[in-house]
Amino acid sequence: MELSDLDLALIAALADGLPLVSHPYRALGAGIGLGEDEVIGRIAAMRDSGIIRRFGIIVRHHELGFRANAMSVWDIPDEMVSDLGRRLGDSPEVTLCYRRPRRLPDWPYNLFCMIHGRDRESVEALIAGLVQRLGLGSYAHAVLFSTRRFKQTGARYGRPAKLAAE
Amino acid sequence: MDGIDRRLLNEFQQDFPLSARPYAALAERLGVDEDEVMERLARLARGGTISRIGAVFRPHTVGGSTLAAMAVPEADLDRVAELVSAYGEVNHNYQRQHRLNLWFVVTAASAERVKDVLGDIESRTGLAVLDLPLLEHFHIDLGFDLKWS
Repeated sequence: MELSDLDLALIAALADGLPLVSHPYRALGAGIGLGEDEVIGRIAAMRDSGIIRRFGIIVRHHELGFRANAMSVWDIPDEMVSDLGRRLGDSPEVTLCYRRPRRLPDWPYNLFCMIHGRDRESVEALIAGLVQRLGLGSYAHAVLFSTRRFKQTGARYGRPAKLAAE
Repeated sequence: MDGIDRRLLNEFQQDFPLSARPYAALAERLGVDEDEVMERLARLARGGTISRIGAVFRPHTVGGSTLAAMAVPEADLDRVAELVSAYGEVNHNYQRQHRLNLWFVVTAASAERVKDVLGDIESRTGLAVLDLPLLEHFHIDLGFDLKWS
């Protein structure tokens, strides 16, 4: 699906989230010159085409008591990484799973998983379970727990200044 | 937080209604009225448990983004983290336990702008920024199961 300028304007308008009014899509459209039906139709089209992976309530793990979050990384041979990545990505304990480039010598890992839990011990237990179940024990591995969150907002794809003024 | 709050948080993370009055649709599912749903969502947003109601985009279909990492001397971490967080393009910024101790996500309208932000941070801090863009994603995002049921 090709994104039009109006789609991009809608994406920018959505960065702050859906307003809490009875007709939120109408309110969202009013700022960018789109009618209610058109806003709904464009969001539906982006969702159906996969550009929007998820549309709904976005929660904050930390505030809900999931205070431990670990970035768990592995160095997996290139010919195996996609297969193992898919198996990790399908695991319910994994929140996100990506392949990214190694940056030698600073960074030797190419598979990244985010794992959340109520405390550090439970996250460590989840990771140990994954390592055992998927046979990851022989690969170089690191677990990077977060110790401080400096910032967490939704992604902004542009025009934040204009939106802030509205 | 009661049972209705928990259901609001857990059951509407995907397939949020695309109808003229979505909060009324939620209200019907939960057996309360539309105003109550909006009041509860407003309270949960104020308390920080809800980030927003909105879209998670497939990476790299809209603009550009990357994960970046820096090894910051401990004594400079607060100052550098503040400098990084001040960019509107930075939407997540965490300290992690590793030699590379500052990790952040940069998202912008274009890949060029993402590179510019990384370069700008390097020149202002005098520290290297590792650029770790996504090459493949494996997870189907269904939201986060709060495991209350």
